Amino acid sequence: MNTKEYLEKVKSKEVSVVKTVEKILQEAKNSPNHFTAISKSYALEQAEKIEKDPMGKLAGLPVSVKDGICVRGIESAAGSEILKEYRPPFSATVINKLEKEGAIIIGKTSQDEFGFGGFSVNTKKIPRNPHDITRSCGGSSGGAAGFTAFTTQPHLALGESTGGSIANPASFCGVAGLTPTYGLVSRYGLIDYANSLDKIGTIGKKVSEAFLGLYHIAGYDEKDSTSLPQKILPEKKIKKIAVIKESLEVDKEIKDVILSKIKNYDIISLPLIKKYSIPAYYLIALSEASTNLAKYCGLRYGQTLPLKGNFNEFFTEVRSKFFSKEAKRRIILGTFARMSGFRDAYYLKALKVRTLILNEYKKAFKKYDVLISPTMPIIAPKFDEIKKLSPLENYMMDILTVGPNLAGLPHLSINAGFKEKMPVGIMLIANHLEEEKLRTLGEEIERS
Amino acid sequence: MKIDKALIERVARNARLELGESEIKEFLPQLKEILGYFSEIEKAPTANLPPTFHPIEIKNITREDVTEKGLTQQEALQNTKHKQDGYFKGPKTI
Repeated sequence: MNTKEYLEKVKSKEVSVVKTVEKILQEAKNSPNHFTAISKSYALEQAEKIEKDPMGKLAGLPVSVKDGICVRGIESAAGSEILKEYRPPFSATVINKLEKEGAIIIGKTSQDEFGFGGFSVNTKKIPRNPHDITRSCGGSSGGAAGFTAFTTQPHLALGESTGGSIANPASFCGVAGLTPTYGLVSRYGLIDYANSLDKIGTIGKKVSEAFLGLYHIAGYDEKDSTSLPQKILPEKKIKKIAVIKESLEVDKEIKDVILSKIKNYDIISLPLIKKYSIPAYYLIALSEASTNLAKYCGLRYGQTLPLKGNFNEFFTEVRSKFFSKEAKRRIILGTFARMSGFRDAYYLKALKVRTLILNEYKKAFKKYDVLISPTMPIIAPKFDEIKKLSPLENYMMDILTVGPNLAGLPHLSINAGFKEKMPVGIMLIANHLEEEKLRTLGEEIERS
Repeated sequence: MKIDKALIERVARNARLELGESEIKEFLPQLKEILGYFSEIEKAPTANLPPTFHPIEIKNITREDVTEKGLTQQEALQNTKHKQDGYFKGPKTI
């Protein structure tokens, strides 16, 4: 039974919401580390209410939520130690919107600490890939994509992407990951990584499920100062598509899988994006992250120590104890890029490079409706392979996903096939607010 | 630009982090490698280009200046151990 059929049967009371929720909660518990918290009693309470009175367009739909998105009363730590046991006194706007339509929050999914990583290994609870548990789910929304592939029940996952954190795990786990236009979905209640890049998006087994979720979470929100008043543009016919030439410099099998899924395409070169998007992305993301993480100092929330010394000594002690190595590395890099004497050469220059990258995309969209590339240059790596990567090699894995994220462009990763029995994702990129083009082409590829 | 122990310690101090000797030893070559690669953007042809702070045009969002319901005092304080008489309790500032 697909999600659409399930939702119809909930309305006509032909299916039990309680039983469905019981089953999915059991799967969440049995999943290989996909959850950091399971809201069992809350979910069952909601399920009973909704079974009796199925109000709302998503009545009875189980939803898993990336740990970094706040849900009132449920531990929301963004995969970190420093926010362990933090229970927000409020819910993110996306949660309120979904609950208003009758969706049922089943728990929080595992992720890299604050989104810092592409393999969900920078956290205590490391999610494992359901296709092969010796391999990563990808990241940073690893638990979200992993569980979407794992579950047998109707389900929607909320993820978040700063530089590829939805597309990457969707590719590695063989599911549909949709990252919307920057600003289309409210960030209110999202634990920030980098404000000018963070986007909440959706993950489903199929394109239609990811879009069903998006339609219900999108929309202007006065609580988010970067929320867009515009709506998704109406569906238009796709006339021309192009594959990004530089993105094909990957493993031949991955390239062949991608090209076998599309026809009537041009090949276009976007050299500046390939050359400069990684440094520009990381300089901007880490500059913003280093300021966002300043608030974790053991005072108002999160882990703490007994009050001792002056405020500088106390804050330093708490931060040094509870931030992981990767968070410290990123804070150092971001603080450096913003420091007097280096700011112009790094942070400001990166912002100008972002303009350059946006211009390159915008020029391509004058001619093409959708740009295409593999989502990731590799299949999901094994955990022992990840251990051998240096921090820079880790960052380089984002080479194909940082471009559209830096430019705030909507992009969709869907499964295109397999290599060594592991999923290979194809990524479709459209111009701002042209999500419908991704849906049209995505569903066509899915059917092929 | 010379990336050395003194620079890393200076940056860490600014970020209110204290790194141990082993962390500095591990970070130093990693940061050199990362920043060496990031320096590539020096070559990017950005003359006369403005910086882009947000990827899509963002307008200021304002609301009517009227009182709205916010967190209660209890809710605001529920996630901290450091509180007294309905206030947050912090370390010494002077």
